[in-house]
Amino acid sequence: MIFVSRPLSRVAFFLALVVYWEPIKVTTGGRAVGYIIEMLNITKDFPGIRANDNITLQVQESSIHALLGENGAGKSTLMSILFGLYAPDGGTIKIRGKEARIADPNAATQLGIGMVHQHFKLVQGFTVTENIILGSEPTRGPFIDIKKAQEKVLSLSKLYGLSVDPGAKIEDITVGMQQRVEILKMLFRDAEILIFDEPTAVLTPQEIHELIQIMRRLVAEGKTIVLITHKLKEIKEVADTCTVLRRGKLVGTVGVADTSEERMAEMMVGREVNFHVGKAQAVTGEVLLRIEKLNVKNAKGVLGVKNLSLEIKAGEILGLCGIDGNGQTDLVHAITGLAKAEDGKIFLRGKEITNLSIIQRLDLGLGHIPEDRHRHGLVLDFNLDENLVVHDYFRFPYAHLGILNKKAIKDNAQRLIKEFDVRSGQGAATPTRSMSGGNQQKAIVAREIDRSPDVFIVAQPTRGLDVGAIEYIHSRIVAERDKGKAILLVSLELDEILDVSDRIAVIYGGEIVGTVSARETNENELGLMMSGSVRQSAKGGKA
Amino acid sequence: MSFKILFEMFPIALMFAAPIIIASLGGLFSERSGIVNIALEGIMMVGAFAAATVTVLLEGSTPLASWLGLTAGLAAGLIFSLLHAAASINLKANQVISGTALNILAGGLTVYLCQIIFRQQRTRAFSNGIQKMSVPLLEDIPVVGRMFFSGNYPTFYISIFLVLATWFLVYKTPFGLRMRSCGEHPQAAASMGINVSLMRYIGVLASGALGGLAGGVMVLTADIQYTLVTIHGTGFIALASLVFGKWNPFGVLGAGLFFGFSTALSFYAKDIPGMSSLPGEFFYALPYILTIVALVVFAGKAVGPKAAGEIYDSGKR
Repeated sequence: MIFVSRPLSRVAFFLALVVYWEPIKVTTGGRAVGYIIEMLNITKDFPGIRANDNITLQVQESSIHALLGENGAGKSTLMSILFGLYAPDGGTIKIRGKEARIADPNAATQLGIGMVHQHFKLVQGFTVTENIILGSEPTRGPFIDIKKAQEKVLSLSKLYGLSVDPGAKIEDITVGMQQRVEILKMLFRDAEILIFDEPTAVLTPQEIHELIQIMRRLVAEGKTIVLITHKLKEIKEVADTCTVLRRGKLVGTVGVADTSEERMAEMMVGREVNFHVGKAQAVTGEVLLRIEKLNVKNAKGVLGVKNLSLEIKAGEILGLCGIDGNGQTDLVHAITGLAKAEDGKIFLRGKEITNLSIIQRLDLGLGHIPEDRHRHGLVLDFNLDENLVVHDYFRFPYAHLGILNKKAIKDNAQRLIKEFDVRSGQGAATPTRSMSGGNQQKAIVAREIDRSPDVFIVAQPTRGLDVGAIEYIHSRIVAERDKGKAILLVSLELDEILDVSDRIAVIYGGEIVGTVSARETNENELGLMMSGSVRQSAKGGKA
Repeated sequence: MSFKILFEMFPIALMFAAPIIIASLGGLFSERSGIVNIALEGIMMVGAFAAATVTVLLEGSTPLASWLGLTAGLAAGLIFSLLHAAASINLKANQVISGTALNILAGGLTVYLCQIIFRQQRTRAFSNGIQKMSVPLLEDIPVVGRMFFSGNYPTFYISIFLVLATWFLVYKTPFGLRMRSCGEHPQAAASMGINVSLMRYIGVLASGALGGLAGGVMVLTADIQYTLVTIHGTGFIALASLVFGKWNPFGVLGAGLFFGFSTALSFYAKDIPGMSSLPGEFFYALPYILTIVALVVFAGKAVGPKAAGEIYDSGKR
């Protein structure tokens, strides 16, 4: 990083010198005021790709401005430039009408710009207060004045309605509260401009609702928010203006009030998008996956799944919904063999697999899109083509007489890359670590769907993907169903569960608290069951 | 056992505990900032060599020779640890391999320098190391006074002072908070404008300074000259104390005392009823056996800094 940023910042410094005289021209030209951020004609090149191509973004003070685009459209790059993580190769940035050179995050902080990262940057073992003050600690003499810090945290949390427990450790608080800590970090540094990077990706519906209230409150207090997202519903609900990017280029900036969701989706993807999964009534057959009284211990050594039973028939999609951390992960791990079942039985096509090895399960027709793509989905330091044959590398045609057939592996990769539109810098030879999260996910989905397993465990298949990709993956999952496969869809996105599933099982505290038909339920009913308020629903019957 | 033996054991135990505690605090700084430093052993050797050499060479001209020796040990350790810092921070080398290389280098380097300076494979013997002392007034306190304040090496008091200073620095100051954040989650630290590389440099150099000081303390209290076996694994025992003491200065103090006593035991075991029947070699081996036991028992459970040993990659997702 040190080696890279120096020459870049030198370039930026030079550019800043060159364009330094421009403000004078602009002010004499009488530019309209009111824009707190102006990023004019920003261009940024990465090896082999132009991430931002002449993009202009103007944000009104005290407004919520959404930045919409597919994975890899250049949203994050643009915001990283604003936050000082990258130096632009061309273009000008003005903050409050004044030309600014943002060399690093410290400079951004000085200008009142703060970023709420998608993957929280919080130190687990530290308290809420310690995380908030880190880097700008109030002191008394040589020591940290923790009391003064806590008072300021509390007064900020009251002012903006961000309830947190200043003395709690991060590892003990909910994801929603962790996000509030991230926001408080910025407010503690007197940030006026807050960049939210995909803030709702990890939240429950209730937490999303709270976050939207918080964002409104922040704007009411005079803050400006830039919201990076690909969720149209949220933009419609909260944003004033929306700038759409596609493949590194600016598509346009529109007022949210007078633009439909369909129109924004079209701008983003470049074609019309189908929001609802078109699918026929499920035609179910025999039971393919049966779980009987399963108990599984979680990472903390206590039972994460308790006495759980369920069945999935051929030709149906069972959606499993619940708030994160209610046993979904442990259940999936027990079915796929990543964790050992304490007790109970799992049957695949009537054959017990409870104690079989992972490879035996896969050979019997189990497929798995893992929730944690980095830990269980990909070998990050392998190339894309190698990752795409990670199940079958030792089988013909990928290997012959114990020697890998590179050509067959590459051909397979090229076929899948094309079919699933996996985008990467160097095609099949791209190291997967360097790919964007969305494209990593597409690679896993491509590999697993291509195997067409009889019983398909699908956990968070569209996490971090844009509407175009989501639409495609959903249609492929439904196509698998129509081929007579049994599918378990685990997702934290209620919309996804409601759209794709035939039946929905709600998990709470490691138990199934109810099973309902997807056609006869709604977000509210599921929300109540997910929070444990309603234990058993009349509809549906045994899972 | 009689109290007499216990009282006699105290100065010896505290003499051995001091370098363990000081070196262990060095390891604490390094690991809290996110760099595993198994080069402590080598750093102590270099520190001990420098301390002994300066003491021998200045002995005739100044009564402060041994204190200047300690300072030289500290400086030598600091400079030596620069190698580890550069390798593991700038060059992003594997920290265990870099540490091992330093440990091997230290043995060769010190003996080579001895050969050049003294024409033998060890330093010349110094006539006076650091002298024992008693603390006026405090030594008159019953029991405690005899244990801790009478006829001890001042190096033990230095180690206690360093424990307190480290605790305040690491847990009570902005610097400490920032350094710990680099050991737990460097990306988070960097996002708050903290210079992770600088913090880690400070951590490793502090471990070098303290490790070098510990080496000096060891040679000037427990030995009469520097040889290849002066340190004989104390750096590794210091690492075990760090794990044992859960990366906390007071924990390190407790663990250091524990290892100090287990070392002293080997000298006194023959006088203690019930232990005298065991072979003396058993007690010589005891500190090392306890080190292994401590590491095995605590290895999986002890929660050290999360990012220690990880190469810092600012772009990591």
